[in-house]
Amino acid sequence: MARALIHVPASAKKGDVIEIKTLISHVMETGYRVGVTGQPIPRDIIDDFVCTYNGEEVFHAKLYPAIAANPFITFFTVATESGTLAFSWTDQHGATQVQTAAITVE
Amino acid sequence: MKALLLGVTRSLMRAPSPQRGEGWGEGVPTERPEPPHPALSPLGRGRRKHLAAAVFIISTLLVRGTLAADIPLDQRRSDSDFVSADTRAMQNDDTANPAMLAVLDGETLWNTKAGETHQSCADCHGDAAKSMKGVAARYPAMVAEQDRPVDLEQRIMMSRVTDQKAAALPFESKELLALTAYIARQSRGLPVAVKDNAQAKPFIAAGRALFEQRQGQLDLSCAQCHDDNWGKKLAGNLVPQAMATGYPIYRLEWQEVGSLQRRLRNCMSGMRAEPYDFGAPELVDLEYFLMWRARGMTMESPAVRP
Repeated sequence: MARALIHVPASAKKGDVIEIKTLISHVMETGYRVGVTGQPIPRDIIDDFVCTYNGEEVFHAKLYPAIAANPFITFFTVATESGTLAFSWTDQHGATQVQTAAITVE
Repeated sequence: MKALLLGVTRSLMRAPSPQRGEGWGEGVPTERPEPPHPALSPLGRGRRKHLAAAVFIISTLLVRGTLAADIPLDQRRSDSDFVSADTRAMQNDDTANPAMLAVLDGETLWNTKAGETHQSCADCHGDAAKSMKGVAARYPAMVAEQDRPVDLEQRIMMSRVTDQKAAALPFESKELLALTAYIARQSRGLPVAVKDNAQAKPFIAAGRALFEQRQGQLDLSCAQCHDDNWGKKLAGNLVPQAMATGYPIYRLEWQEVGSLQRRLRNCMSGMRAEPYDFGAPELVDLEYFLMWRARGMTMESPAVRP
């Protein structure tokens, strides 16, 4: 399991625009490089990222080989209700990692 | 023959190259007043050349004043001052700094039992936030087991091999960098405090000699860029003062965390010199000198660099 760092404000006022920051450890190997002996290094990337807020999709990104290693994705959403933000990264092999963060909305 | 070749290299370097564009030849002085070795002096090029050289030397000295002098203590600036505001912001935000992923890995390793003794770092050292506070700011340092200084990576390895009786980790391995980053993180915000007692002085002096030594096919020394020309541009980048307060660093060009030794080897290849091997005493001396040079400055580990 890759290591991920997520920043979500612990609490917010209803209607506030909140910033969410996510960082995940991944090589994001492009598939265009060769190793020291000249053999190609196989492509290995995360190609999909989704954030859901109490089950509703609020952010969705497609990732391509031009994205640097350890993708850092930051975006904004509106704090509507207390609950859970779920983040899921899916790599090209279909493996998915999900991490969650709680938010309290007053 | 050597002098001739050198002359050719230099004239090639001075010629503006359409591929490289402007800036390469300007930021880095390719002419220095005194050749480092008699064999490298322009022998056999005739008297007129000597006269021209003498005029050049005198004019250079007049224009530039003293060369290769240490940067005055109050003019020292963190290398973070020479990176873009975006990179600096990334470094100072723990949720954006990619090196924090390594720090978290290091924390896991710190608490993982390893080796024949089946003990973790934490079993002896406890909470790293307390026991490792300020440690990275004191390395390289002399160790009792050797009559030489070791850097932080080497110190971690000593503990791992002799105390934990675990297998050695290779230099630049993910695990060693993670442990180093985790330990160095505990010194963030503290002043660099390497020892410069009588025992350490010869090694700091050796590091300085290497820093000021011209080397490689480009015949450059570290000091020519980082003492004499900091703040100017090399290609598109500002030349920093080379204050090693943020290692290990996450270098965007590498897309991973790397040690000071890796960075030094990088610069050596850039000078077209043969880099010393990882762990070479010369590199440790150089690290020691660099940390001594940054004495009293604030630790920023793990830093982000372009």
